[in-house]
Amino acid sequence: MSGIESADVVVIGAGIIGAACAEALSAAGVRVLVIDRGAPAGATTASGEGDVLVSDKEPGPALELAAASRRRWPELLDELRELLGPGRAEIGWDPKGGLVVATTAEAVGPLAALTAAQRAAGVAVEDLDADRAREMEPYLTEELTAVAHFPDDAQLQPVPATAALLAALRARGGEVHSGVMAEGIVADRAGAVAGVRTGVDAIPCRAVVNACGPWAGHFSETVGAPVDVLPRRGMVLVTAPLPRFVGRKVYDSGHVDTVAGGDAEPRFSAVVESTASGTVLIGSSRQGTSFDEGLEVEVLRRLARGAIGLFPRLAGVPVMRAYGGFRPCTPDRLPVIGEDPRMPGLWHATGHEGAGIGLAAATGRLLADLFTGREPVVDPEPFRVDRPEVALEAGA
Amino acid sequence: MRRVVVVGAGPAGTAAARAAASFGVEVVLIDAAPTPGGRHRWDARGAGARAELPDEVEHLPESAVWAIEPVPGGHRVHVRTGPVDGPERTGRAIEARALVLATGAHDRALPFPGWDLPGVCTAGAARAMARDQGIAVGERVIVAGTGPFLLSAAVSLVEAGARVTAIFEAGDPVPGFITRPGGALAGWTKAGELARYAATLARHDVPLCRRSAVIAAFGKDRVEAVLAARLDRDWRPVPHSLRRFEVDAVAVGFGFTPQLELAVAARCDLEDGFVAVNAAQATSVPGVFAAGDLTGVGGADLAAAEGAVAGAAAAKLLGARVRAPIGAMRRVRAGRRFAAALAEAYPLRPGWREWLREDTPVCRCEEVAYGAFRRAVEELDVGDARVLELATGAGLGLCQGRICGRSVAELAGLPETADAFARRPIAAPVRLGELAEDVPVDEGP
Repeated sequence: MSGIESADVVVIGAGIIGAACAEALSAAGVRVLVIDRGAPAGATTASGEGDVLVSDKEPGPALELAAASRRRWPELLDELRELLGPGRAEIGWDPKGGLVVATTAEAVGPLAALTAAQRAAGVAVEDLDADRAREMEPYLTEELTAVAHFPDDAQLQPVPATAALLAALRARGGEVHSGVMAEGIVADRAGAVAGVRTGVDAIPCRAVVNACGPWAGHFSETVGAPVDVLPRRGMVLVTAPLPRFVGRKVYDSGHVDTVAGGDAEPRFSAVVESTASGTVLIGSSRQGTSFDEGLEVEVLRRLARGAIGLFPRLAGVPVMRAYGGFRPCTPDRLPVIGEDPRMPGLWHATGHEGAGIGLAAATGRLLADLFTGREPVVDPEPFRVDRPEVALEAGA
Repeated sequence: MRRVVVVGAGPAGTAAARAAASFGVEVVLIDAAPTPGGRHRWDARGAGARAELPDEVEHLPESAVWAIEPVPGGHRVHVRTGPVDGPERTGRAIEARALVLATGAHDRALPFPGWDLPGVCTAGAARAMARDQGIAVGERVIVAGTGPFLLSAAVSLVEAGARVTAIFEAGDPVPGFITRPGGALAGWTKAGELARYAATLARHDVPLCRRSAVIAAFGKDRVEAVLAARLDRDWRPVPHSLRRFEVDAVAVGFGFTPQLELAVAARCDLEDGFVAVNAAQATSVPGVFAAGDLTGVGGADLAAAEGAVAGAAAAKLLGARVRAPIGAMRRVRAGRRFAAALAEAYPLRPGWREWLREDTPVCRCEEVAYGAFRRAVEELDVGDARVLELATGAGLGLCQGRICGRSVAELAGLPETADAFARRPIAAPVRLGELAEDVPVDEGP
């Protein structure tokens, strides 16, 4: 790997989390090199819907990080536009808002409790009656029992966003190398990071960021500082383009449980939203803890049923495709962001499961804050690497 | 699950169904068309007779296989039956111990300025309309592209009453390839067929211009004129060789792209862009066989021979007493030599990229212009089809990359271009309501 000489920090993984960390570090003046064994944004990032949500997080650290990221994205976008010039930071930012919908009598209470807690935590929430909800989304089911509107929910396009973050990195003198596999870490005598091994060569550096997404657990194990991050599969259905079918992100109130749920059992909830080209994306499923890619028609069936429950008119709409991806999942459903006390210079930024696109902006910022010793954008404690839920014993 | 499911009722699929049924196993033959026979009907003779099916074959016409799932001991094939646009398609899941994939190929179009104008169509579409309905796509038509299929398309157009101004063959096949005695085509029936085409075209004064191509089409609401150019060895236009022709239709065909979705969904290994099979037409996946254009494009006779071998092998897998299909296997070997010679004689050359301009759409569904496409590819160092789609928009539209996928994958320099856009868990459009339904699972005998 001649041509790669050295860097202050090597970020492993050119998905949106790695790109956001690299961008934030480079903005702080750090010399960053991003490597990826494949191509940028080629795995988990390419399978994301691009949600930047505050509505689906229970109050606590998850919501704090989400709110910080929701504040950070528009700022970051302005900075990228200024740095890169017109047309090169078009990431499809769409602050379209979200509707959380209850369709049964039993779901009303939990939704009210959630919105009350979120309101108390400072999230903007508006309770809607059924008529108002259908004014906003005319094709919504008539079986509404409660609806909450979250004006701050937003969406962006994950692949162009990653491209813009990496372009910013390059504009500041950083580098991105595709097709380079990180095979291990070179440690100095004190056991601290001194480089990254890539095949026969090594890239000298003083810190490494493990942003390997669903493969982060595997990488951390390889380098002897294992964190408990496993792949969890999600499927999305994509319909043929429909003119103005759904304006916001609309999802069933059961989705918050799906996001917070802590077991390996398959979970489903109805999530429906449009893209700029008019296609409707239908989620969501979370299942398994391995890289099994087999198609399960039953999963598609449950996604379809959920979406029709929210929008009965979708029943007649053709589905063009289904795609699946793997998301990095931790046992306590919180990301891992920070330096690994077991190996100075090894940092982790992973475990965002289905929220990585939205959480990327604050994750990059938090990591750069901690790296440079600035005041952190959110309390880093809940995301620390050595919490008992995620730090595994080496060799265990 | 003592049953064979055959997908596709072209020459390969019908032959497979017939062969398997002749050994006494239960056969279900699934096809999108209302009648068997296939998409291309390469041969002028006998397509109808070949497509006749014995009573033992259960034929599901107007049926789309939209997913294949592995189940213990075989595969589950998800089918919707009924007119595609009608409201009343019925769903069924059929389990089978052996699966024969014979989904064929569709003809390939390369992008050029104006290829999205009405009046520009594929050679295959023009030929099918002319032959099946007697309708020519235009009064003055130019046929352009590469391969002997262009001759067949031009003949069909002439016979449907069109005036074919010229055939532009971008390649420069070895002179005498078609009729050379003792060559690759010795004893092959197609030689006679092509000679007949040549005679018909000569009678109608249709010139065949080698090393030439339509590199742009113009028109307001539909194509009114084209620019044709001489090409160099790499298919770059030769300077000062441009000629303008007034036409009202252009039929283009640059060979064929196998319809790989189901084979990829079943996780069959590919080789050079086609499904890899052994001498028994078995793929890398136990219980899954492939025949016809999926394994290499060589015409209906080869497809039928492969189908006969695949059907026999599938029946054998089910425990039937099967005579080795020696004659069919011999025809497969000869046919493969022809197919290889064909592929060698009509390669695609990279110079077609130079026909494109900044504003030429490389993806017609999403109207992605070549300039914007190239910039997006460079910006992200695009490395796979999914990212290519999301970064550029190409392939995201209604056709899902079936038309443009291979070309945009080549333009982006992806390592795997043939199957880059074939990874589609939902292989055919299905309505959300159909997806939501519980359907009966037919476990078979």
